[in-house]
Amino acid sequence: MQGTPSLVGDLPHCGIAQVWVVKLSPDIELEEAMADSKLERARPLSPHLQIYKPAMTMVMSVFHRLTGVALYGGTLFLAAWLIAAAMGKGSFEAVQWVYGSLLGRLVLLGFSWALLHHMLGGIRHLIWDTGRGYGVSERALLARLTLIGSLVLTVLVWVAAYMVR
Amino acid sequence: MAEFSLPKNSRPVDGKVWPKPQGSNNLKEFRIYRYDPDGESNPRIDTYWVDRDDCGPMVLDAIIWIKSKIDPTLTFRRSCREGICGSCAMNIDGTNTLACTKGMEDIAGAVRIYPLPHMPVIKDLVPDLTRFYAQHASIEPWLHTDSPAPENEWRQSREDREKLDGLYECILCACCSTSCPSYWWNGDRYLGPAALLQAYRWLIDSRDEATGERLDNLEDPFRLYRCHTIMNCANTCPKGLNPAKAIAEIKKMMVARQV
Repeated sequence: MQGTPSLVGDLPHCGIAQVWVVKLSPDIELEEAMADSKLERARPLSPHLQIYKPAMTMVMSVFHRLTGVALYGGTLFLAAWLIAAAMGKGSFEAVQWVYGSLLGRLVLLGFSWALLHHMLGGIRHLIWDTGRGYGVSERALLARLTLIGSLVLTVLVWVAAYMVR
Repeated sequence: MAEFSLPKNSRPVDGKVWPKPQGSNNLKEFRIYRYDPDGESNPRIDTYWVDRDDCGPMVLDAIIWIKSKIDPTLTFRRSCREGICGSCAMNIDGTNTLACTKGMEDIAGAVRIYPLPHMPVIKDLVPDLTRFYAQHASIEPWLHTDSPAPENEWRQSREDREKLDGLYECILCACCSTSCPSYWWNGDRYLGPAALLQAYRWLIDSRDEATGERLDNLEDPFRLYRCHTIMNCANTCPKGLNPAKAIAEIKKMMVARQV
């Protein structure tokens, strides 16, 4: 990124014998500068995740990712349930038994929470896409609402599910 | 690609515990990241004790005190000591901020100081900001015009000038970009909050005539769209600015020009 040093001249009155100036080339290419920084590999990388104090918005962003990944697993369970239903009575009852067991219900509880949390996170992103909700108190409120809202909705869904059973 | 752990040569080890100053009962503990580029060893965390009765109130006062009274090899950047030059940006107590505007008494327990996160370290608290500056240069942070230059200055209405409030105050201290996990994982391709806030500062300048070219330059899955509204940038900015909001406005401009 840096050009060749060039001699500008003497500045005897400053007590400086020679003045060298390193000119930055005017057509710095970003990629070039980025490639140059690869030469600095021997330098240590300063600590990041290890030392950064997590803020609520940062934690909620992580949760949005994690729940998104969890939904892949949840979708597989849903697909298995539908496929079993299509295959016939025996296989459907087997899957029903697995999902109805204590462990199965725990997994379904997690799946429903992940789904609702990810949905509310998506709504939060939609609000942000309109340019709203970026203020200090607004972003803190949105983060809290996403978490509280997903927990409350999960409880409501399960209460409703047990009531109609 | 995201690499969550530090490379082997970067993991800090326990360092020296420097003696407490004698005859004071108002001491503050400091744990400071040290890296000696001339040695072979890993970075280390040194422990110092600062006599608060003999030292100014800010974290910068304390590290200057340490450098003057205990350990002259402690290296950091500083200049204005009043939050306008951006030189003393570092990670203090888990968040990025300026040492000169961060009060010691706001921090409970030991004051932990690291260089700006996920950057190559030149020495102690001095990171290499070459790439950060190149990214700023890449958005061409100056007025672009095709119209013939006016006889005097380029005029701007009060309302148009007000659009630059909350943007022109950026001092390029790099606190925001180095707080951003997207920038940590993709800093080689994502421009980061500071450069994008600067980009927006020129995009909405009523006098600038290169809005289309500027947007073209940002229309990229990485340069702009690696922002995932994690908001660490807005939470950490020592000037109280909101890069996340500026990035959202750029994304809106991208949509607006397509409909």
